[in-house]
Amino acid sequence: MNAVFDYAAWFASLCFVLAMLCALVRLFIGPAAQDRVLALDTLYINGMLTLLMLGIRSSSTVYFDMALLIALFGFASTIALAKFLLRGEVIEP
Amino acid sequence: MNHVDLPLWVTIPGTLLLVFGGLLVLIGSAGLVKLEHFYARMHPPTMGTTLGTGCVLITSMLVSSALEQRPVIHEILITVFVVMSAPVSAMLLMRAAVYREHRKRPEPTQPLDDIGGTIPPRD
Repeated sequence: MNAVFDYAAWFASLCFVLAMLCALVRLFIGPAAQDRVLALDTLYINGMLTLLMLGIRSSSTVYFDMALLIALFGFASTIALAKFLLRGEVIEP
Repeated sequence: MNHVDLPLWVTIPGTLLLVFGGLLVLIGSAGLVKLEHFYARMHPPTMGTTLGTGCVLITSMLVSSALEQRPVIHEILITVFVVMSAPVSAMLLMRAAVYREHRKRPEPTQPLDDIGGTIPPRD
C-alpha cells in the first residue's frame, strides 16, 4: 500500500508542475496586465502545493514553514499588484 | 521515499485525496490557459486554490500525524489563511480589471450641443 501512496504522490507532483507550466504560459501570453497578475497568483499557489508535496514525500516539517511563507508573501504581492492596477500607486498618502 | 510503513488509515484516504487534488489543480490551471475572456479565467484557478490545497493539506496532516504518533494539525494555518485570502485577492483583481476595461472604452466624441440638438434655455 505504501507503493501506491508513493505513486499517488508522484502523480500529484507531476500535476502541480504541469499546472505551473500552464500558469507560466498564461503569464507570457496574457493580453492584459490583470491576466498576468492572475497567472502569478495561480503560480505561487501551485508552487506552494509543490513544496507541500515535497514535505509529504520526504516526511520533513521544514517545508511547511516555507509553504506558509510563500502563501503569506504571495497574498501580499497579489494585493499590492491589484492595488497598483486599480489606483496607480500602492501606498497612498 | 518514506522509509517508514504508513498505516492503512493514512494511505487509502491519502492516495485518493492526492489524486483528486492533483487533478483539480491541473484542470483549474488548464482552464486558465484555455478560456477566452478574463472574467471567465478568474474562476477555474479558484477551484485548485481552495479544494486542491485542502486535499493536499489534509493528506499532509494525516502523514504527519502517523509519523509523529500524535495529532498534528498545524497545517490548518495554511488552510485558513488561503481560504481567507483567496476571495480578497480575487475581488481586488476583478475590480482592477473592471476599472481598466472601463477606462479603455472610447469616450463619447462629441458633446451634446455639437450634434445639432438645442439646449433648452434655463429660466
